[in-house]
Amino acid sequence: MPIDILMPALSPTMEEGTLSKWLKNEGDSVTAGEVIAEIETDKATMEVEAVDEGTIGKIVVPAGTENVKVNAVIAVLLQEGESASDIGKSAPAPAPEGDKAEAAAAPSPQRGEGGEQSEPGEGAKASVPAAPKTEAQSDPDIPEGTEMVPTTVREALRDAMAEEMRANEDVFLMGEEVAEYQGAYKISQGLLQEFGPRRVVDTPITEHGFTGVGVGAAMAGLRPIVEFMTFNFAMQAIDQIINSAAKTLYMSGGQMGAPIVFRGANGAAARVGAQHSQCYAAWYSHIPGLKVVMPYTAADAKGLLKAAIRDPNPVVFLENEILYGQTFDVPKLDDFVLPIGKARVHKKGKDVTIVSFGIGMTYAVKAVEELSGLGIDVELIDLRTIRPMDLPTVIESVKKTGRLVTVEEGYPQNSVGTEIATRVQQQAFDYLDAPIITIAGKDVPMPYAANLEKLALPNVGEIVEAVKTVTYKA
Amino acid sequence: MAPRKSAAAASRKKPAEKSGLNGGITDFDKATELEAYREMLLIRRFEEKAGQLYGMGFIGGFCHLYIGQEAVVVGMQMALKDGDQVITGYRDHGHMLATGMEARGVMAELTGRRDGYSHGKGGSMHMFSKEKNFYGGHGIVGAQVSLGTGLAFANKYRGNDNVSVAYFGDGAANQGQVYESFNMAALWKLPVVYIVENNRYAMGTSTARSSAQSNFSLRGNSFGIPGHQVDGMDVRAVYAAAVEAVAHCRSGKGPIILEMLTYRYRGHSMSDPAKYRSKDEVQKMRSEHDPIEQVKARILELKHASEDELKAIDKKVRDVVADSADFAQNNPEPDPSELYTDILL
Repeated sequence: MPIDILMPALSPTMEEGTLSKWLKNEGDSVTAGEVIAEIETDKATMEVEAVDEGTIGKIVVPAGTENVKVNAVIAVLLQEGESASDIGKSAPAPAPEGDKAEAAAAPSPQRGEGGEQSEPGEGAKASVPAAPKTEAQSDPDIPEGTEMVPTTVREALRDAMAEEMRANEDVFLMGEEVAEYQGAYKISQGLLQEFGPRRVVDTPITEHGFTGVGVGAAMAGLRPIVEFMTFNFAMQAIDQIINSAAKTLYMSGGQMGAPIVFRGANGAAARVGAQHSQCYAAWYSHIPGLKVVMPYTAADAKGLLKAAIRDPNPVVFLENEILYGQTFDVPKLDDFVLPIGKARVHKKGKDVTIVSFGIGMTYAVKAVEELSGLGIDVELIDLRTIRPMDLPTVIESVKKTGRLVTVEEGYPQNSVGTEIATRVQQQAFDYLDAPIITIAGKDVPMPYAANLEKLALPNVGEIVEAVKTVTYKA
Repeated sequence: MAPRKSAAAASRKKPAEKSGLNGGITDFDKATELEAYREMLLIRRFEEKAGQLYGMGFIGGFCHLYIGQEAVVVGMQMALKDGDQVITGYRDHGHMLATGMEARGVMAELTGRRDGYSHGKGGSMHMFSKEKNFYGGHGIVGAQVSLGTGLAFANKYRGNDNVSVAYFGDGAANQGQVYESFNMAALWKLPVVYIVENNRYAMGTSTARSSAQSNFSLRGNSFGIPGHQVDGMDVRAVYAAAVEAVAHCRSGKGPIILEMLTYRYRGHSMSDPAKYRSKDEVQKMRSEHDPIEQVKARILELKHASEDELKAIDKKVRDVVADSADFAQNNPEPDPSELYTDILL
């Protein structure tokens, strides 16, 4: 059967073009790949190649014709043993819609089956499936009489890694100074001695590269823990974290993902200036395919890091240098694992809800004490996981208190707090008795000078004032 | 459609290897020549069909064709064994077919349909097959080099003797993470074969205009990684080099670089008018160095097969491709509920 040669679309946006020149005449034979015509697209002059061998039986659209629609028949190719009299018997052009070539004139990336076109904004809303709701488990019960061991966040993180490495041979730690140096912040102290250099791997200073190596190893089924000396340096590797680790499960249709933990110090430390003082909670929490954890207490650090290492998904685990040395009670249990995606009510209260996470909690805890002295009973929620976010716990609290203040160290625009505020006003508007106040770091690169740095970070006084404002006690 | 035999399976019939690096060529026996012919032709015809479907609006977005470079993946794949991993960039259709992935599944992914390898959620540049150890299909230039090094890390960690083959182009060869990866691979003696597919143009920028050192086989010098230039248009030369390179890695000597001197006939992507090079240049490569024509000429000269027998192979290949195109056009789009699946496990 003769083959129709169609006007090709040569860019994602092309709908029509000019057939500027034929390089073959009727009767000429052509081979696959041979250039037969030139067309002018919306971008450039392009060559049309024959997709089959045969003889040009008929030129349907003459040279110089403008506005030739994509998929219109421009010529007919005769195959071996056919003559011009066979023209007209050609197979109907298998246009995307399966019937009229005309209807296919404007290819749309949203093309549906059977000629359906879902135009943007037209009935599109009804056809978008609802996002699935995820339900986080509750914290495990701690048996009565369990010994509570005062532990620094530093030790808790190390213990979590050591326990998981003992339990699973596929778990290994890689990063700068994690082995011989025992960790730039001494988080990996003793791990090299226990697990050896095969599983505690010192990397060169090469964030982009070793992050890609880690993600590749995870795609092959290992369980890497990639330590960043600080998350500021992870910006060099953010492409691998987002484009490779977070998206592969989706892009592969569920075939392979990256079970990997990216962990390290995040946010401001003390007097290290703009390039070393930034919170990435909001950045990573923007990305579907990632989980983002930011613990405050040592118990949460331990239980959540163990969960992160076991999680089959990429987890960004944001620590804080100032918190490393702080001591909290950690239950002495054989296997203390906490659920990712569940907030923790740090203190119950009835007058106002404060939501914070990570180092932000240190300001909030002090503010709660001060406010207690003023007769204001605060419910303090430690979010712990930024993504997936446990909004139900926040909403439940706001329904009780009617007031909400969020606290974090990151920049104010598009912060975690503004995300919480948006969702709370969408889902609990009727319960709010005052506008939500979001407290964040100031909208400036972190200054070095001690006094300016202090001004750039949130402070307890701001929180106290914000709570007074939303409770109308200012 | 009968399941296609993978090129890896065909490698068992190989003749004794001769010297491969430094320009050596291994003569193929009849079965191997015919297998190479068939494999390369499948990629060629598949890509032509993909171009055609793109022109008809069935394939959207970006679509980078592999036409001209077929000998590289076919020759490399012949030297691999089960469990060896392959990873590449966005010009990936040929690599997928060479690893034995089904034409139907690849084509249906190109048309964004539910039985595509990624259920229509990946597209031309993002396709994977755990079963065939194909790790993508990556749209970020150079990212696959670090990832491929990580695959090799996993092999070494597990103590198996598998190798990872990381393909990238002359364009990606200028990305920083490539050298970060070289450094770690050499430092830790990781079993990774780095394949620079030098097709002379990074999109529209020739190697002469982009690369201070355009002999890419030398790019591992400062890390002590051996490198060799290979005639990437001659599948025998590719195979010979591949056998040695893979043996080098398997024996624990660390990474190796093979620079494949090759050429893409088509533009960088479908919407590339290719004004940065002359038609004569393209025509010269096609008429004098075409990887498929070279094999075909040898087959006919040595009477491994007659014209008619080759035509029968052509016909079979065309049927596989036509079947894949038919499948890819009629396979339904993904169910809307797929929007929210495979984001997290």
